[in-house]
Amino acid sequence: MMAVIVIALIFQRNLFSVVVLAGIYSFLMATVLVALDAVDVAMTEASVGAGISTVLLLGALHLCGGEEAKPLQRGWLPLAVTLVIVGALVYGTLRLPAFSDPHAPIHTHVVPRYLEQGPKETGVPNVVTAVLASYRGYDTLGETIVVFTAGIGVIALLRRRRRDKDGR
Amino acid sequence: MKREPVLRVVGKMLIPYMLVFALYVQFHGDFGPGGGFQAGVISAAAVIFYAIIFGLPAARRVMPEALVEAMVAAGALLYIAVGFAGLLLGGNYLDYFVLDTDPVAGQHRGIFWVEVGVLVTVSGVMLKIFYMFAGRQRED
Repeated sequence: MMAVIVIALIFQRNLFSVVVLAGIYSFLMATVLVALDAVDVAMTEASVGAGISTVLLLGALHLCGGEEAKPLQRGWLPLAVTLVIVGALVYGTLRLPAFSDPHAPIHTHVVPRYLEQGPKETGVPNVVTAVLASYRGYDTLGETIVVFTAGIGVIALLRRRRRDKDGR
Repeated sequence: MKREPVLRVVGKMLIPYMLVFALYVQFHGDFGPGGGFQAGVISAAAVIFYAIIFGLPAARRVMPEALVEAMVAAGALLYIAVGFAGLLLGGNYLDYFVLDTDPVAGQHRGIFWVEVGVLVTVSGVMLKIFYMFAGRQRED
């Protein structure tokens, strides 16, 4: 179903339906994440990917019109670059441990300690929250700063535009 | 969309539940899925919903731009302040064990305030971006 939506996305020229299809894709992705037991990520995907970004894209669409412009030239070079990168990524995954292999390095390093000691040390039953806010506090601080920087960037960009308009 | 009675009534009924759900996701994040990021996005979505139905000026009255901009910075500052609180009480930066006499309670307190910081920044940024985009189309 996701593959069908991606193919529809590629061949769709009306940007409004592209936005709606991307929202549907996000919801399908969220269900996949629920199936992988990553409920926290699924929730984020459903609310950010399908909710907020759809609204923001629709707002942007209102500003710039709903039809995609015809491409100026055939994109053989971009296609070749994409294929090379896809090939490299697929080659990189070949040597990864099998999915949900209990002896994979990621499951033997710090994960057992988090799972065994986390509830005792932090008193928080949800391990995701414990890791996110406590063990990986620096990472989450960085993420918060990234979100903050994004907001500041948007403010800086769009404010200046408005002042130009006033000056004219 | 201001004159659609069905939308207005349904919106008025739904928005309180959306905000309560955001708070639930925030404070129940210790036990179930959720946390600051998700709760921030959900609460911002509630205000965006309000803005779409009742118009941008009404939303600006509920959540003034100055408040939203203050939220953007306040959340990040709160997070950093929690880190320095640990530093002042004799631990490392972002060390929660020293925030209370009982280390587990200290962890709880640290995680709680950090998540509040994330919530405030995320919802502030989402709202601010929406205001920026929506405000432009009003001017054109």
